Amino acid sequence: MQLSREEEDALDGKYGEALATAYRILLAIGNAMDADRLIPVRWAHISGVNYNTIGDAGLAFLEEMSEDVVENNLKVRVTSTLNPMGYDPLKGYHDDRFVEKQERIRRAYEAMGIIGSYTCIPYEVLPIPAGGEHVSFAESNAAIYANSILGLVTNKESALSALASALTGKAPYSGLRVEEARSAHTMIDVRHEVKDELDIALLGYYAGKINEPCISFRLGLESLTSRDGIAIIHAKALCSALGTSGSAGMFLINHAGSDDVKHRIEYTARDAKTVKDELSDEDEGDAIVFGSPQLGMNELKMLASMLEGKRFRKRCLLFCARHVYEEARRIGYIDAMEHAGVEVYSDCCSCLTPLISRDDVDSVITNSVKAAYYLKNWNRVGVCLKSMREIVRDECI
Amino acid sequence: MSMYNMEMLCKSIVKGYGEGYAIATYEPINLLSIDTNGVVNDSAHILNGKSVAGKVLVFPNAIGSSVGAYRLYAAKMSGNAPTAVICSKVDIITASACAISNMPLVECAEYDRLMGLCSSSSIYIIVKADATKASISIRMEESEGKESKI
Repeated sequence: MQLSREEEDALDGKYGEALATAYRILLAIGNAMDADRLIPVRWAHISGVNYNTIGDAGLAFLEEMSEDVVENNLKVRVTSTLNPMGYDPLKGYHDDRFVEKQERIRRAYEAMGIIGSYTCIPYEVLPIPAGGEHVSFAESNAAIYANSILGLVTNKESALSALASALTGKAPYSGLRVEEARSAHTMIDVRHEVKDELDIALLGYYAGKINEPCISFRLGLESLTSRDGIAIIHAKALCSALGTSGSAGMFLINHAGSDDVKHRIEYTARDAKTVKDELSDEDEGDAIVFGSPQLGMNELKMLASMLEGKRFRKRCLLFCARHVYEEARRIGYIDAMEHAGVEVYSDCCSCLTPLISRDDVDSVITNSVKAAYYLKNWNRVGVCLKSMREIVRDECI
Repeated sequence: MSMYNMEMLCKSIVKGYGEGYAIATYEPINLLSIDTNGVVNDSAHILNGKSVAGKVLVFPNAIGSSVGAYRLYAAKMSGNAPTAVICSKVDIITASACAISNMPLVECAEYDRLMGLCSSSSIYIIVKADATKASISIRMEESEGKESKI
């Protein structure tokens, strides 16, 4: 990869160690992906905020980066935002040590000029650029959503590559940033009725395992669409599940130009069952979890209307973006949730949060395939997968 | 005892030198599942419960969490990282993890051949990567090696 004189200087440490590290990251990625140069990006969305996931090593790395950025009078070069952290600061958390370290992570990021958005759905709550622009999104569901639904251009970035893009304003010109790569070699022909957010998430999880950068789907969308195309709840479910099981950063649905397709795979009811059996190992659960990704306004509205006159008979945790929470509080959805026994959390999400642990629950019920994967494999709790509608039907009095 | 030696040219992604017994898999890894002791904690993965510490990690590419890079870095900071990493197709997560950890990383075009060796015997690998080129030297041992092949 060719670097400009100024980029070479930065790599050599002329502007401090943090910027040198950022360029070292971009250079390694550029080499790996055969980029010939770095190109500007308009926005960076950074993951690696939750102390539970990045740990003491991540905290030390970020504090070092942050101090060096401040010492050298630098800041992020483009608008940069953050993924969820490990807890809801307005609700607090009983482990003081966790909170202290989480707050240090938050300060390290914010000192670099990064906006404390603490959301994994930037596409629903933040004024991100319009289609066609290059961005650098680390959160996998957001990267896939940006490429596939919004027409933005990003690779499925890592926590570190998005941070490097934030500090430099650049990304290697490679992967899905190159127009020719934005087509699929594999098409999944869906021969099974996909009727709700769980069905489409199971399909996404299956597709991720194909381990290709871009996947094409052929499926009937009758029960999945809203006025504007695929409904956002279904798009989010597909993006997050696809991002969990594989390396795909993009999908196409019922795309006309299928010249590049070399493989066709039929997805049947049996495939859906295999995926569900892998992730869902319980018929019951001690608690209900809504979110990952964090819920947006339309999902809160949908749930609030389903819950009218009902109440959950077990603990229910719901994760939404802070901005959504505040708006929903004003409209009355949060009151409706709380009335139905739902605990609503913001700035954090179900994935890898310490709020859901084996100490409290043996198993959870959720409609999120991404949450199921992480709760099962990471938090080591049992999982029962059901759609939102089924959960309300079965778990309310 | 040394039975067989072979060298493969690779693509250099992160320069450095590392050697050790191979721990090898055809399954992509969600690096988030690697703990600070270097142990893979993913009940769905074939390496579940195995340690990558001090070994040469051979895997196709990383999948899943964008935060996985920090886990490999944390293992490195605890002295429990692989000594070198070999991928069939290096991805952004693995490249960035190795870049901040100063962990040599190479891409091996003959991955299937390498895996064939890994499945037949214990192998010891030396990875040498400089700015432009890289090579791996493979020593196969007939007797019981220390690691491991899947």
